[in-house]
Amino acid sequence: MTTPTLHDPTLKSILREHGREPAALLQILRAVQEAYQHLPSETIATIALELDVPIARVRGVAGFYAFLSERPWGRYRVLFSDNVTDRMQGSQDLLAYMCERLWLERGHVSEDGLISIDTTSCTGLCDQGPGMLVNGRAIGNLSRERIDQLCELILAQIPESEWPIQLFAIVDNIHRRDLILGQALQPGEAIRAALDFGDSPQRETAANARSWREAVPGNATGPQAVLDEIKRANLRGRGGAGFTTGVKWQACRDAAGQQRYVVCNADEGEPGTFKDRVLLNSFADLVFDGMTVCAYAIGAGEGFLYLRGEYRFLLEKLEAVLDARRRSGLLGKAILGVPGFDFDIRIHLGAGAYVCGEESALIESLEGKRGVPRNRPPYPVTNGYLQRPTTVNNVETFCAAALIARHGADGYRAVGTAKSAGSKLLSVAGDCARPGIYEYPFGVTVRQVLEDCGAVDPQAVQISGPSGVCIGVDEFDRRIAFEDLPTAGAFTVFDQSRDMFEVARNYAHFFAHESCGFCTPCRVGTAMLRNIMDKIHAGHGTPYDLREIERLDKVLGMSAHCGLGHTACNPTLDTLKRFRPAYERRLKSLDFEPAFDLDGALAVARQMTGRDDEGAHLRTETPT
Amino acid sequence: MSETHTFRLDGDEVPFAEGQTVIQAALSAGRYIPHLCYHPEFKPHGSCKVCTVKADGRAAASCTLPARAGMAVESDTEEMNDLRRTLVQMLFAEGNHFCPSCEKSGNCMLQALGYDLGVMTAGFRHFFPDRPVDASHPDLLLDFNRCILCELCVRASCEVDEKCVFALSGRGLDKHLVVNAVSGRLADTDVALGDKAVEVCPVGVILKKRVGFAQPIGARRYDARPISAQALDDAPRPGNHRSGCGACEEGAK
Repeated sequence: MTTPTLHDPTLKSILREHGREPAALLQILRAVQEAYQHLPSETIATIALELDVPIARVRGVAGFYAFLSERPWGRYRVLFSDNVTDRMQGSQDLLAYMCERLWLERGHVSEDGLISIDTTSCTGLCDQGPGMLVNGRAIGNLSRERIDQLCELILAQIPESEWPIQLFAIVDNIHRRDLILGQALQPGEAIRAALDFGDSPQRETAANARSWREAVPGNATGPQAVLDEIKRANLRGRGGAGFTTGVKWQACRDAAGQQRYVVCNADEGEPGTFKDRVLLNSFADLVFDGMTVCAYAIGAGEGFLYLRGEYRFLLEKLEAVLDARRRSGLLGKAILGVPGFDFDIRIHLGAGAYVCGEESALIESLEGKRGVPRNRPPYPVTNGYLQRPTTVNNVETFCAAALIARHGADGYRAVGTAKSAGSKLLSVAGDCARPGIYEYPFGVTVRQVLEDCGAVDPQAVQISGPSGVCIGVDEFDRRIAFEDLPTAGAFTVFDQSRDMFEVARNYAHFFAHESCGFCTPCRVGTAMLRNIMDKIHAGHGTPYDLREIERLDKVLGMSAHCGLGHTACNPTLDTLKRFRPAYERRLKSLDFEPAFDLDGALAVARQMTGRDDEGAHLRTETPT
Repeated sequence: MSETHTFRLDGDEVPFAEGQTVIQAALSAGRYIPHLCYHPEFKPHGSCKVCTVKADGRAAASCTLPARAGMAVESDTEEMNDLRRTLVQMLFAEGNHFCPSCEKSGNCMLQALGYDLGVMTAGFRHFFPDRPVDASHPDLLLDFNRCILCELCVRASCEVDEKCVFALSGRGLDKHLVVNAVSGRLADTDVALGDKAVEVCPVGVILKKRVGFAQPIGARRYDARPISAQALDDAPRPGNHRSGCGACEEGAK
């Protein structure tokens, strides 16, 4: 294959489609990566020239995202999802099996350049895992038979676009419906309802104004009335932090500046979470209704859906929904005939970076940069996308906002608890008979969820993924609610057969892999935590190492730049507190053991000399 | 100049001007807060976290924390210095730092900070990363082994030199400096000896060729006095008459 230069029609059309905007850099790189499976350095130079940005900056962005690569991977790049649930479903065994079948080493490209196999962070198919991505396309329900089938397709060099469609089938697995999943709103219904709020409809007043928002006299009618209703509903963000949505919207509406943005955070990267996948697959109109209601309330003219790269398979479907909405007047100029109510939504694809789920990192990524969280203050509500007022909310939050616009705050508040209004979608996976999506009113007990999903003999549940909490049997009466167990939705069940140390080790690897590397404590600390867990795993851990973990937690908690670092030690400390025997049985009784394994270092020499007798090993026992 | 307010730093009143961050106000007032990636001439970005203080009980990087009237800042406490010591140890463990053989020894901020904070060992298992040097340029050597990813060269090259020779790529522990050339080699960039980016490196990454050890060990910047005293000399504040620093001249007016 020749290197794509500016004379290459594909590269030309990619650049044309994205308008040669520096803010589109990530989207351009993604498209080039998809077309050529890597980013050749000459192409990087061409893109830099065309966008008028330094080559080093393009390299910087390319090097940040896991799915972008300057070196060529196989023409079939296979990435096994490496969440703990995938492992529980046998992903490691399947990966080894596939490597063996294809005579391949993990992380290497085959000699003919045909295939490479590696792992990636959770792809959000925990309810139908193990999962993988082949050239960015998601495949679930992996089994030896499926691996056999894939190997044959790859060896026959059949393009993945011609593979049997059922290979790519992803199902919703909805097992319990409540407010959101049980509604039957028509597209646009929530927007129509929002327009009817307040006592002076804008239909007459907006026409002559510079912007329809400024046309609304006073603060009590129209958009402000919608905003007040959101506040009255006591809606809180569903991404985990639980910030009051109405307060955020108000701050954005009140911020100085003409151009405002609505951003839907669908960078659902928390291992074990997959509710947004289902909402976007089957309830996209509700999500877009919610975004449009928000745009109406805060006065935004443009919106983005930041879709995680792992959900690339949803892109065409979502674009079709947006097109249909444009055709029926629910997006574009003068929405539903209201002059000045102009709003449209663009989809921005991520490229494999968990940290972009943090709202300011997400905005950086939207601007085509490395996804590094910003310094706050200022906050996105005043200085967001292109330093303009921006509201970032979770997919589920927009769904709830649409419902509130349509049915009012009272009905919404009647569901849930006093401090946690409404319902919550849980992504249930792990050791249970019926993994999938469960929507409950806030306040449901962990025990109830375990019963409903058919969990047998559970020993622990990881609530809200690795950045959340891990609870044991004696805490199963705790409730899913902001005042007890707040969650972004992940609900991962572990039965008595699971080794909770290995669960925590998997999460430690996850954080080290996903740390953006901006700040010292997180960049170095997450890698140190990973190494300590590996040391304990290898049988060289001591009580000293456990104290080191606590020391790292203190440093990360106090000085890390964002939530990733603050919570990186949580899974380890939670399991250490509740399942200490899982650690202790691995520890040496010594107080200290160096991380350097002297006997292990001789392994290469043993392999080279073909010796494995007693004399080729160091004796570690104390001589008597 | 706008109205002056004060906050308390370890119990003492420190005046600040609107828009100043805690470290800027502290240094102007002759109060030292240990720091690495902060440089008075550049916009703070807060990545090394060495300047972390407790402000009204909450830990935050003082270089990016806007000063607020009446806030209580704890800096020179055992807890904060212990945190800083650990962060410096982490940086020593992350890269390949061999002070005795380093040309920057005595002029190095990381080393000086280590001495000042009482760092006796790296305290952690070393990562010993594999980082090849770039000796392609006729006048300059890039030894990535000592890079602490402070981004000062990145900021200087873009903001002052307007060349953007340096940028960061990779992420996590794999984060690393890259240069602005298709080949990835410094020789193919438009970097020059007089560039601010060359001067600003606080450690021994960007080195000038053929002048190594011209200034003898023992007569170097941090040999005579600790970094805590030196940093105050460099800070833009009234009474400082050091030449060669635009910000200082501003302060001396």
